[in-house]
Amino acid sequence: MHWSKTLNQKKQAVRVLASLAAGCMMAWGIYRGEAAVVLGKAVNVCLECIGLG
Amino acid sequence: MERRSTSAWNASDWGKLMRISQEIKRKIIQIAAFGYSNTYLQNFAGGQLYKGKWKQFCNPGMNCYSCPAARLSCPIGAMQAVSGAMNFNLSFYVTGFVLAVGVVFGRAVCGYICPFGLIQELLYKIPSPKRKLWKGFTYVKYVLLVFFVLLFPVMITNELGMGAPAYCEYICPVGTLEGGLPLLATHPELRKVIGALFSVKAVILVLTLIGCVVICRFFCKVMCPLGAIYGILNKVSIYHMEVDKEKCVSCGKCRGVCPMDVDPVNAPDSAECIRCGKCTVSCPKNVLSLKFRVELPKKSQ
Ligand code: SF4
Ligand code: SF4
Ligand code: SF4
Repeated sequence: MHWSKTLNQKKQAVRVLASLAAGCMMAWGIYRGEAAVVLGKAVNVCLECIGLG
Repeated sequence: MERRSTSAWNASDWGKLMRISQEIKRKIIQIAAFGYSNTYLQNFAGGQLYKGKWKQFCNPGMNCYSCPAARLSCPIGAMQAVSGAMNFNLSFYVTGFVLAVGVVFGRAVCGYICPFGLIQELLYKIPSPKRKLWKGFTYVKYVLLVFFVLLFPVMITNELGMGAPAYCEYICPVGTLEGGLPLLATHPELRKVIGALFSVKAVILVLTLIGCVVICRFFCKVMCPLGAIYGILNKVSIYHMEVDKEKCVSCGKCRGVCPMDVDPVNAPDSAECIRCGKCTVSCPKNVLSLKFRVELPKKSQ
């Protein structure tokens, strides 16, 4: 059906764009040092998580 | 005594066997993912955290990074940690990761990988009166995602420009259960500083646990911001459900077995569907199937 074909094409386009965006975002985030921020937070007791923060 | 015909016996038995084997396969994957996410069980004894390099990577599911056994970071906690940090307003790294996982698997992460999903399924096995959730409550998780995970850590900041992880601080019962209780049990110095905030979080935890015993995956349905993101991505994810509507006899069996109260025939891309496969093996007409969509561009003639 024409309608569902167009819908599938739109979904396919969203998938491709979202995958590209995801890859670029991860690369940019790592480049600007976000992985180190995550590591720093995760290896210390997070007072907010445990309800004392 | 009348004997059932062999073919009828076989058909119903075959269906039952399919359901059991699908559920066993899913449980094995869930347990393996739970084990991989929580490798450092020995840390519970002393109440330390694992401090190795794996913690810079996120778990695809909810597993608190303040849990002594945790190997990976919680994506919701990590998202807030970065966006609340002095130099950043949004975590490209974590958002990109969640987007990538969600585009491929959608909420199948919830059905197969998420450690807290497994915990909730076990809680639901505790004998008690069971209830369905009013559908309106499923929208609460989107409100929590937008305000507590995305906006508050950026908007409510101290004089240094740093924001607190508001979802972790005021809501998350996963953190209280997996991080708070084991760390408070092993650290007397932490117990000394327990205040009103902990009481609030403890009440939320107790209500959540009761909710999970009475309502299947209560936290997933109502409170999980990660499930909200994967739910939105269910609409386009590569792993998806296909429905052959022409074969459907409207018996309602799929709807009846669904733990997430989804009608898969009419809403195969529902944001609530965790792709557990219970409906696919319950359908007597094989109307439903879960698969990765592979759409190769067709060559023009
Ligand atoms: S408190 Fe909750 S959201 Fe925060 S890091 Fe722990 S599990 Fe994740
Ligand atoms: S909704 Fe959240 S807690 Fe539930 S299985 Fe999905 S990621 Fe895990
Ligand atoms: S619709 Fe099917 S696959 Fe989705 S949650 Fe319900 S039973 Fe599981």
